[in-house]
Amino acid sequence: MTRIEVLGPGCANCERLYRNTERAVKELGLDCELEKITDLNVIMGYRILSTPGLVIDGVVQFSGRVPSVEQLKELLS
Amino acid sequence: MSRSPSRLARLLPSLAGALLLWVALYGVLQRAAAWFTRDLLGLDAGTHLASAVEFFVYETPKVLLLLTLVVFGVGVVRSFFTPERTRAILAGKAESVGNVLAAALGIVTPFCSCSAVPLFIGFLTAGIPLGVTFSFLISAPMVNEVALALLFGLFGWKVAALYLGTGLAVAIVAGWVIGRLRLERHVEPWVYQMSAGDAGLPAHRTTWEERLDQGLEAVRDIVGRVWPYVLIGIAVGAGIHGWVPENFMASIMGRGAWWSVPLAVLIGVPMYSNAAGIIPVVHALLEKGAALGTVLAFMMAVIALSLPEVIILRKVLRPVLIAVFLGVVTTGIILVGYLFNWLM
Repeated sequence: MTRIEVLGPGCANCERLYRNTERAVKELGLDCELEKITDLNVIMGYRILSTPGLVIDGVVQFSGRVPSVEQLKELLS
Repeated sequence: MSRSPSRLARLLPSLAGALLLWVALYGVLQRAAAWFTRDLLGLDAGTHLASAVEFFVYETPKVLLLLTLVVFGVGVVRSFFTPERTRAILAGKAESVGNVLAAALGIVTPFCSCSAVPLFIGFLTAGIPLGVTFSFLISAPMVNEVALALLFGLFGWKVAALYLGTGLAVAIVAGWVIGRLRLERHVEPWVYQMSAGDAGLPAHRTTWEERLDQGLEAVRDIVGRVWPYVLIGIAVGAGIHGWVPENFMASIMGRGAWWSVPLAVLIGVPMYSNAAGIIPVVHALLEKGAALGTVLAFMMAVIALSLPEVIILRKVLRPVLIAVFLGVVTTGIILVGYLFNWLM
């Protein structure tokens, strides 16, 4: 099963990315685990420079931006 | 990628059309506001109410128009600067050159305050000196497109340029001073144990289409978020404009009151508001006799330093370094205030 993690300490952008990802997953009907990562030590473990970030199965996809639901669907499918 | 040229070809004419519309709207604003106030509402020119209403009806669309244009432009420019690229530019630069570059890059690198910690760690572990990192962290929130657009719209280009110039100067000098003080031991030790390097993100070639999209996205995001503050700020400003007597502020925030600069800064530091809310109010105060330096210092203090950011930075900085950071930046802002009161 795919595991998606949204990295971000919890600011407005991080929340938006989480909501967008949630919608993208739902609209695609993906069977996956979606998790919000707020622990800074874990976030820094992924070596990103800016938040929010998106991790799929342990691989960072992007950081520092909030793509639209459509763009996320493209990435996830 | 075959569809991208056609999408760009469609995007450009609509952007050009939007720009023409923008220019046309901007040109008729003043007359439209006067017509709305005097002819449509039938308010007599010279009354408090007419003065306040006309101010509001003119300034609100003007500021929103300017904000939209500037945010779009900066959004496109920012697509050229990622934090990763900024870090690569700053790594290996000597300290003073680094401070100047870091402050300048702070304007154009996308940054939100909750990214402060990852960025701080990422910079330090890449070998960027502490002081250079601080120059970036001071400049990024303080000198931003929203503040510059509002200053330009309400105060004119001179004040906007002064804010830009002095904001950069504070960031450069404060960062340099922090670097000279050799405070590395007051960074939480775990920071230096974090591994350097980057996430190994695949290199992404950004197309012009994506850059323009990023500009539009910035408009949706930023203007969509700050317009209520602009409205409230200008409404309060309009109230002050219409009803507060001339020179009311002169005794409190005027040039004569030497203590007004530090007091304004001390009040401003813990306050947390974005530029959109504070600048229209400050503009109205200036009209009523407050001194430019005092007002500018207050504004900088509100925008540059905030309690939430300090709380976030506490995760990586020990109290001594937090205190030095606040102290150095506050002193810089106070000096800017005095400089302007003396110059203008």
